[in-house]
Amino acid sequence: MLYYIVKRLLILPFLLFVFSVIAFLLIQAPPGDFVTSYVAELAASGSSMDQIQIEALRQLYGLDQPVYVQYFKWITRLLQGDLGISLDFQKPIADLIGQRLLLTVILGLATFFFTFAIALPIGIISATRQYSFFDYFFTVFNYIGVATPTFMTALILMWLAFTELGITITGLFSPEYADQPWSFGRVVDLGKHIWLPMVILGLDGTARLARILRANLLDELNKPYMEMARAKGLSEWRLVLKYPVRLAINPLVSSLGWYLPLIFSGSLIVATVLNLPTIGPLLLRSLIGQDMFLAGAIVLSYFGLAVIGTLISDILLAWLDPRIRMEEASK
Amino acid sequence: MFWATACAMPPTPTIDRHTAMTEKNLLTVKNLKTLFVMDEGTSTAVDGVSFTVDQGQVVGIVGESGCGKSVTIKSILRIIQKPGQVVGGEILFRQAGGKNGADGEVIDLAKLDGRGKEMRAIRGNQITLIPQEPMAALSPVHTIGNQLIEAVRLHMDVSKVQAAEIAIKRMAEVGMPNPEERMELYSWELSGGLRQRVMIAMALLCNPRLLIADEPTTAIDVTTQAQVLSLLRDLQENHDLAIIFITHDLGVIAQVADDVVVMYLGRVMESGPVDDIFHNPLHPYTKALLASIPSVHGTTRGPLPAIEGAIPHPFNRPTGCPFHPRCASHIPGTCDRRTPVLVAKNDRQSVSCFLQNDAAEED
Repeated sequence: MLYYIVKRLLILPFLLFVFSVIAFLLIQAPPGDFVTSYVAELAASGSSMDQIQIEALRQLYGLDQPVYVQYFKWITRLLQGDLGISLDFQKPIADLIGQRLLLTVILGLATFFFTFAIALPIGIISATRQYSFFDYFFTVFNYIGVATPTFMTALILMWLAFTELGITITGLFSPEYADQPWSFGRVVDLGKHIWLPMVILGLDGTARLARILRANLLDELNKPYMEMARAKGLSEWRLVLKYPVRLAINPLVSSLGWYLPLIFSGSLIVATVLNLPTIGPLLLRSLIGQDMFLAGAIVLSYFGLAVIGTLISDILLAWLDPRIRMEEASK
Repeated sequence: MFWATACAMPPTPTIDRHTAMTEKNLLTVKNLKTLFVMDEGTSTAVDGVSFTVDQGQVVGIVGESGCGKSVTIKSILRIIQKPGQVVGGEILFRQAGGKNGADGEVIDLAKLDGRGKEMRAIRGNQITLIPQEPMAALSPVHTIGNQLIEAVRLHMDVSKVQAAEIAIKRMAEVGMPNPEERMELYSWELSGGLRQRVMIAMALLCNPRLLIADEPTTAIDVTTQAQVLSLLRDLQENHDLAIIFITHDLGVIAQVADDVVVMYLGRVMESGPVDDIFHNPLHPYTKALLASIPSVHGTTRGPLPAIEGAIPHPFNRPTGCPFHPRCASHIPGTCDRRTPVLVAKNDRQSVSCFLQNDAAEED
């Protein structure tokens, strides 16, 4: 088990290297460089930069040098913890995304636990009571969940909350806590606000995971070990929870590998609609403003979250399924 | 006087030997009927099966695939799942319950709720199952020990440590080398023979009165088969166990069984002591089955005699005797119209065939 985890951890630097190259190429992708577009932007707003400042910026980022040198400079600064400065905000990128990254992770994890807490019972009930009222009810519910775009759900709920209850449900904090440092009151305030984005973001995933679990469980429920467990005298619920659910949950756990990153990055539109202080809206703004250092840093942090999500799912799988542990150990 | 007249009457051969349950009978199945009700139609998987298992006796149930042997034993265990259901008959089981292994009350398992507490207390405790495929019957993600300990603690009020001791003792008894170490292993880390030993150990954990072995040697190779059979025979003698042994292999039946029940399409065709069935088969189906066994002493090089035709589809059962379309000696006008019932032919064998008793007919 330890060997398995260490092996997974050893691949990480390599993965991050590949991802950093991709992120850097994204920064380089637009025509011209960002200093040019920044100067153009300044010119458009009526101000200007003198040639010495422009050259200083160019030299700082190594723009007069070949691409691989530029990448090397960027990655060196990155490794030293310097993400660079957002040209748009004129602030260090680390300051800009630090707080938002934390909130993104908190919201992502909350959504994730919500999804599983709802999807597991729905999947189990749908499979064990196949073709019952519950099964059909949740089937319809799941199709609606999968088919409705999450931003749409967000808009509808916002509208309902505003017209029916007269409250505004955007953001993750009340105005008085929005720009405050962390405190107990702020955490409580976050708890009061996080449930709605959590439910909205989780509906789609809940529906998908419940469908997957139902299908897997239906396969498992006819396996001979079920008959054996019954023949032992085990009660129906205990045996369902101990054997088939345990086996049907494996594919679900391996779906974490893509589901966690999806929660982190897929919340972009919903976060924009709900005006959440996560990194999604910031990415949108940096892309519109061609603030490519910021965009690159955000894309890289998405990659980082994806890698961590996959790592968690790999470790969980090995912990759950001895067959995977053994296979890895024997290699 | 009524009693005097009754006693004076000569015993008639048509008396159903499974009506009265005597002291030595452990299990008496009477007219068991199990249906599978599906959208496509209703399939009568078990259609009025009757047989008796005495204490310490090995009864072999033999028949082709689809003849209802597995459904019969699942019905006895009451683990038939929907859309199947036991709709009729009695499953009389003499429980343990008295002190020092003395007999307790006779209970009709057919009347219990299959998922209820009472049935679950009997299942896995007094009646246990050895499954057909040990690999599939064990969970791949739980250790052998976990599954054995669970089986003990379902029926005995013991700690995990005590349960593990019981499990290790049983594993040693069924010839499992290094039982303590094997407890930590998973099913897929054992060989086929050892896996089946785990299942046998599991079936013995709670000192059952009746062991049901569902083709326990089908999934393992021939040399291991012989070991498993002799192990079962030894255990049966040492524990005075009653065993219902299901197989389609007549050779296996000849090795292990005291009594044989021959089934075809959910009905009992013939039953009796193994020697009589093998040397004096009465039913054409039994005769045909025996004729199709390859013999090492055979003189001819011709093809083995096979039974003509195939088993009818369960939704499309023939009228009359279920075997008549494949029976070489069926009586036209009788066998295809009237259904024979199982009657005692002599004091040992019972047979369900008009050729043996033309009075036999279902009402």
